[in-house]
Amino acid sequence: MSTPTTIKLPGVDLPVVRRGKGRPMLLLHGGGGPVVGLPFADRLAERFELIAPIHPGFMGTKVPEHVDSIDDLKFIYLDMMDALDLRDAVVVGFSMGGWVAAELAVMTTARMARLVLVDAVGIKPGGREDRDIADVFGTPADKLARIMWHNLANAPKPAEMSDQALAMMASNREALGIYTWQPYMHNPKLKHRLHRIGVPTLLLWGESDGLVTPAYGEAYRKLIPGAQLVVIPEAGHAPHIEQTDAFVRHLVSFVS
Amino acid sequence: MKAWFFTEDAYPYLPPDKTYDSIRVDLPSKHYDPAKGADLYDMYLDLWCAADEMGLEIMNNEHHQTATCVVPAAPIMLGILAKRTKRARLLILGNPIANRNQPVRVAEEMAMVDVLSRGRLECGFVRGVPYEAAPANMSAWRGSERLWEAHDLILKAWTTHDGPFNFEGRFFHARQVNVWPRPYQQPHPPVWVTIGSGPSTIPVARHKHIGAVFLAGYAGINAIFDGYRDNWTRFHGTAMPLDRLAYCALVNVAETKAEAERTAEKLIWYVTSNKVPPHWTNPPGYFPPPVAAQILKGGRKLALDTPKLTAEDQMMRGNFFCGTPDDVYAQIKNFYEYSGGFGHLLMMMQAGFLTYDETIKSMSLFTKEVYPRLKELTAKYDPEAMKEARARAKPPGDGTTTDYFGVEFNRKAS
Repeated sequence: MSTPTTIKLPGVDLPVVRRGKGRPMLLLHGGGGPVVGLPFADRLAERFELIAPIHPGFMGTKVPEHVDSIDDLKFIYLDMMDALDLRDAVVVGFSMGGWVAAELAVMTTARMARLVLVDAVGIKPGGREDRDIADVFGTPADKLARIMWHNLANAPKPAEMSDQALAMMASNREALGIYTWQPYMHNPKLKHRLHRIGVPTLLLWGESDGLVTPAYGEAYRKLIPGAQLVVIPEAGHAPHIEQTDAFVRHLVSFVS
Repeated sequence: MKAWFFTEDAYPYLPPDKTYDSIRVDLPSKHYDPAKGADLYDMYLDLWCAADEMGLEIMNNEHHQTATCVVPAAPIMLGILAKRTKRARLLILGNPIANRNQPVRVAEEMAMVDVLSRGRLECGFVRGVPYEAAPANMSAWRGSERLWEAHDLILKAWTTHDGPFNFEGRFFHARQVNVWPRPYQQPHPPVWVTIGSGPSTIPVARHKHIGAVFLAGYAGINAIFDGYRDNWTRFHGTAMPLDRLAYCALVNVAETKAEAERTAEKLIWYVTSNKVPPHWTNPPGYFPPPVAAQILKGGRKLALDTPKLTAEDQMMRGNFFCGTPDDVYAQIKNFYEYSGGFGHLLMMMQAGFLTYDETIKSMSLFTKEVYPRLKELTAKYDPEAMKEARARAKPPGDGTTTDYFGVEFNRKAS
C-alpha cells in the first residue's frame, strides 16, 4: 500500500492514500480497515485515480475529540472533496464506508458522478425486533467468520498474525465500535432520505454475505431511485477480496 | 481499618458448565427459578443484617444479565437495607454511571437511600466491567469520560440547594436539575471510585474520593496504590490519609485449616464459575488496542477468566485471605504492609454454594478474632514506620497475577 499523505482539514489531519491515474475514485473502507492495498485496487489504479482516506481511529490513528459518529465522517469527507476540488468522482463505499457514502450522497452529489455501495450497512429495513444486521460485537469469532466469508480460508487468522497486525486489527475493531455501536450500524433517518440520490447507483453484494444479506441489499436498492443490485456468487461480505475479477468487471462496466 | 461484608448475590443452581458458553450476558433465564431466587434474596439480606449486628460494614454492587450477581438494581437492595439495618455504613460499589443514561436519576436514588438510612450511604461510582457493555447497549469507548461527566453532574445535583441549574455536557443533558430529596449527609455522602494503574487515580485523588481496587493482588497493587498516594500529595501537598484507599478480596475464616480449605472450595466458585467468552470480555473501546489484540489472539487470559486457578493460587496472588484467624490476620497484615497500607478491607465472604451457617461462622470468627487486631494495626499507621514494614513484606508466592482490573481504568480519565 502506498504511504498516506496528510490532508489538513478543519478539525482533523486526515491520512489519505492516493494512487493511480484517471478519473477520481473515492474508496471509503469498512470496519476491516483500508482496502486500497488489495489486488482489486491494483487493477482499478490502472484506470482511476484512487483516493482512499483512513477514517479517524482506524490503523491506530487519532480520533479528534469531537468525532464519534458517521455524521462526523460525512462532514470530514465533504470537506475533503472540497479541499481536493473533486469533480465527477466515483464514490465507492464498503460496508460501514458504504453507509458513509450513502450519507454523503443524500447530502449532495455535486462532486459525485457515480455511487457504488458494496455490502453496505446504514439502513434498518425490518421491524424493531428483526436483527437486520448481524451483531459483530456479540458473535463468537468462529461464527462471525462463517457469517462474513464465503470461503473460510479467506478469513483473517488472529492466531497467525504478527503483534503489529493484530494491534491494527484491534484498533480497527475499536474504531468500528465508535462509529456503529448505537443505533447499531444504521441511521434510522437514512431510509427516508435515500430518494434524494440523483446519480446512477450500483449495489454490489456478495451472495453469501450473512452480515447483511442480499435481501438487505435489495431493500437498500428499492430506496434509491434507479439503483441496480448485482449479486456476486461465491463471495461473502467482501466480494472485492473473494471475487476480485467479477468485482472489478462489474464496477468498471458500471462506471464506463 | 473498616471491614465491609460483601456478597455478589449469585444464583449458583446452574446446569453443568459444559452445557453453556457463558455465565454472563446470554445465559437464558430459564435457568433461574424465581422461588429459589426469592430464598436466596432472603439469605443475602439476612447475611447483611447479621453483618450489621456483628459490627461489620456493608457493601453491595450490581451486574446485569448474569448468574454471578442477581442484583441488576443495587439501589433497591440498599433501600431495603436502609430500613432493616441499624448502624452499618451502606456502600454501593458501585453505580455503573458510564452505562446509565440518567445521572440525575442516580443522584435521586442515592439521595433517597441516604435519607432512608439517616446518613449511612457510601456512594461508589464505577465504569463497569467489560461484559456490561452488551447488556447496557452502551459503547465502552470514552467510558471514563462518561463516568466523570456523570459524576460531576451528580455531585452538583446533590450540593445545589437554591433551585434548578443547567447542565449540557458532552454526554448528558439536563436543563432543570433540582433534586428532591437532597442527601442527608452534608455536603454529600462519601464517594468511592474504582481505580487501576495509570491515569485513573488522578481525578479520584484530586476529588479526595476513596479509591477502591478489586483483586489486583501482590503483582498489581503497588502501581495502583502508589499512583493514588503520589497524586494525592501532588494535589493536596500532604500525605494521603489511610482511609482513602480500599482493597477488595475474598476472605474466609475457619476454626481449623482443614475446615478453611473445605469452605474455600465453595467460596472460590466466584472465580471458577466465571466462564465468559472473548466477545463479551472484549467489547470495542474498552481495553487499549494492544490489550484487545491479545484477547483477539486468544493468547491472553483475564484474571477472572481463569477458572482453573485454585483457592491456593488466589491466596498466593493476594486475592484471597483464607485460613484460621491467625492465618488470615497474618495474610492481611502482610498484604497491608506490602501495599503501603489501606483503610478499608472489602470482603467477599459469600459466593456460590457457601451456606448461610458457613458464612456466619466465617464472619463471626473474623469479627471476633481478626478485626480487633486489624483495627489495632491500622490505628498506629505512620507513613515513616510503614516504609520500613513495607521493605520487609514479601509476597507469599511468586507474586504473579494478571492485570485485568489494572487495565480496566487505564484509559484517559479527565
